[in-house]
Amino acid sequence: MDSETKKYTISALVANKSGVLTRISGLFSRRGYNIESLTVCATEDPDLSRMTVILIGDEYMLYQMIRQMDKLEDVKKIGCANELDCVYRELLLAKVAATSDVRSQITLINEVYKAKVVDLSIDTMILELTGDPEKLDAYLKVIEPFGILEMQRTGVTVLARGRHTLKDRDCYGDHVN
Amino acid sequence: MKMKGADILINCLLEQGVDTIFGYPGGTVLDIYDALYRNGKIHHILTAHEQGAAHAADGYARVTGKVGVCFATSGPGATNLVTGIATAYMDSIPLVAITGNVGLNMLGRDSFQEVDIAGITMPITKHNFIVKDVNELADTIRKAFNIASSGRKGPVLIDILKNVQIAECDYQPAKPLPPKTIAVDEKRIAQAAQAVNESKKPLIIAGGGVVASRAFTQLKALSEKLDAPVTYTLMGKGALPDNDERNLGMLGMHGTVAAARALIASDCIIALGTRFSDRVALNRELFANGKKVIHVDVDNAEFNKNVAVTLAVLADAKAFIDAILPKLENKGGEWIKEAKEAGGKKDAIVNVRAYDILKAASELAPDDSPLITDVGQHQMWAAQQYPMNKPALFCSSGGLGTMGYGMGAAIGAAFGTGKLCVLVTGDGCFNMNMNELSTAVTEGVPLVILLMNNGVLGMVRQWQKIFYQHRFSQTTLNKKTDYVKFAESFGAKGIVIDKDDDAKAKLKEAFDYAKKNCEPVLVDCRISCDDNVLPMIKPGATYETQLRKMEDN
Repeated sequence: MDSETKKYTISALVANKSGVLTRISGLFSRRGYNIESLTVCATEDPDLSRMTVILIGDEYMLYQMIRQMDKLEDVKKIGCANELDCVYRELLLAKVAATSDVRSQITLINEVYKAKVVDLSIDTMILELTGDPEKLDAYLKVIEPFGILEMQRTGVTVLARGRHTLKDRDCYGDHVN
Repeated sequence: MKMKGADILINCLLEQGVDTIFGYPGGTVLDIYDALYRNGKIHHILTAHEQGAAHAADGYARVTGKVGVCFATSGPGATNLVTGIATAYMDSIPLVAITGNVGLNMLGRDSFQEVDIAGITMPITKHNFIVKDVNELADTIRKAFNIASSGRKGPVLIDILKNVQIAECDYQPAKPLPPKTIAVDEKRIAQAAQAVNESKKPLIIAGGGVVASRAFTQLKALSEKLDAPVTYTLMGKGALPDNDERNLGMLGMHGTVAAARALIASDCIIALGTRFSDRVALNRELFANGKKVIHVDVDNAEFNKNVAVTLAVLADAKAFIDAILPKLENKGGEWIKEAKEAGGKKDAIVNVRAYDILKAASELAPDDSPLITDVGQHQMWAAQQYPMNKPALFCSSGGLGTMGYGMGAAIGAAFGTGKLCVLVTGDGCFNMNMNELSTAVTEGVPLVILLMNNGVLGMVRQWQKIFYQHRFSQTTLNKKTDYVKFAESFGAKGIVIDKDDDAKAKLKEAFDYAKKNCEPVLVDCRISCDDNVLPMIKPGATYETQLRKMEDN
């Protein structure tokens, strides 16, 4: 088993009801594992939510978490996105200190990254950027010198390319070993 | 037909074949207890404390293989169940715990006796439910029983709000849902068979999963077909009769020398329904030490959790053995001979007084008597020296190690089997839940309680001897309790076996009395505080380092 620490993305379809998030996050905290990022929202099926968890750890941690989550009654389908070719997207909102003298510099950066200005005040700007998490990281590095007043990232969302869907996946329980 | 929620609950329990419930009433379960009273078809055992009820339901489940059921009210009633639920969770015992809670209009307002029991029990249940709508009640109960008894069994809690118990809705009887089964992968069976056939010295480790799947005849057939030795974990005790010629006894921290030697000598481990806990795979990296490990379990998350395995087979022990048996070859007799001779079968290395008492008790107790233990030295002595020759009659808190488990579990086992029960306990454990002796008296439970009274917390003291240079911090009990008078004041009989007494004669009196009067007998067995549990392998150590005497330390 690979004991190298990596970033793993776990996708799960879970029951859309109260308590499910606590149940799942409890599985991580009980083992002392930290959730790097967590995104949950209802899906096209109102009974199901889709959850994306980013875990930084080794393969042992990944398999334990997937299998422990898979055992929960509320977890209907689960898989690791790292095994597939996937599209990763995340949205960033960042409020930066931006008086008139630096606005043009920021606008230039925005052009390169295809970021948008969604709010403008005398001395601030709210910037919006969508992309894969690495793109957001790079963008943040460039705008950081202007002074980030506050920011929020939505956490990662992920879908596999092509016909592949999570709900059509085999049950994880069938993948022994 | 239209029915109140409380009546729907009782009817759903009857659907599931429930005839015995352990519990304790209170404000938010008044309607449920009223429905129970009006229905009159279910025997309810009123315990002294909700913890006793949870342990009783657990003991009942272990001996019957059915789902144990307990009731408690909200707040403290519910939290008192927690240790019992956690005990069942760690040992994968099917349990449905039903609690009441305040009504929906009172929920979340810190109302009297309100507690978030679903939140509290989340990590110690397979699943739990809060029922807020009476229309969901019947299906929730059916689902709860199905979850508790499917796959890897375990406890499920249903928290039923007061308004749900009172509200009416239509009730339609239904049959229990079929338990979810796992299809055995034929390819894996073939791989497992090949690995076993290629091995020269296979060792079978029987865990609690063998008991859970009731694979007793299969286990015996497997050991016979291979002519291979069998060892068991604490949870697997009784899966193969202790008097079976291929049974080497218990494996683990206080397991037998024979089992330890066989493990070292073996080249292939067939682990059936066992999770390689740290009391068995003390050193998880070196446990297998290059041997092939074929791990059979119903829980996918157990594979490679503690010990890296060569081949994982997702199956229950029964289905696995049924599938693999025709493909296996006999090992020809040399290996079993070597394994049996390695340590002598029942190798008492040191003699402790408790062994004599346990031996005498096992000879007096009928073969179909359940044996229940508490936790500590007496538990290990019983596991080592008290032969279980019939399956599914051994009840002991293995995973959680719950002191105070025994009294409740013994009551549950008595109702589950209708037989005389033997409880081996210590003075530390007994003092935790001795209140349940009153329950046993009230209910007329034929029970012989062997109270291994050494005046100390023996197992902790033993560790203080080995690891803390004899600094006996808070392990000397110094109680002045007269257990005979205590028993008598509760309406039970008390007997003392002093250090020089003829244990067998005194025990005969105890067994005869319990049988004849259908009553509990408390036997105060005075033993030395210096007796130790041996052999012993230290935590994290390998089987090669097994201590046979304290001096080897």
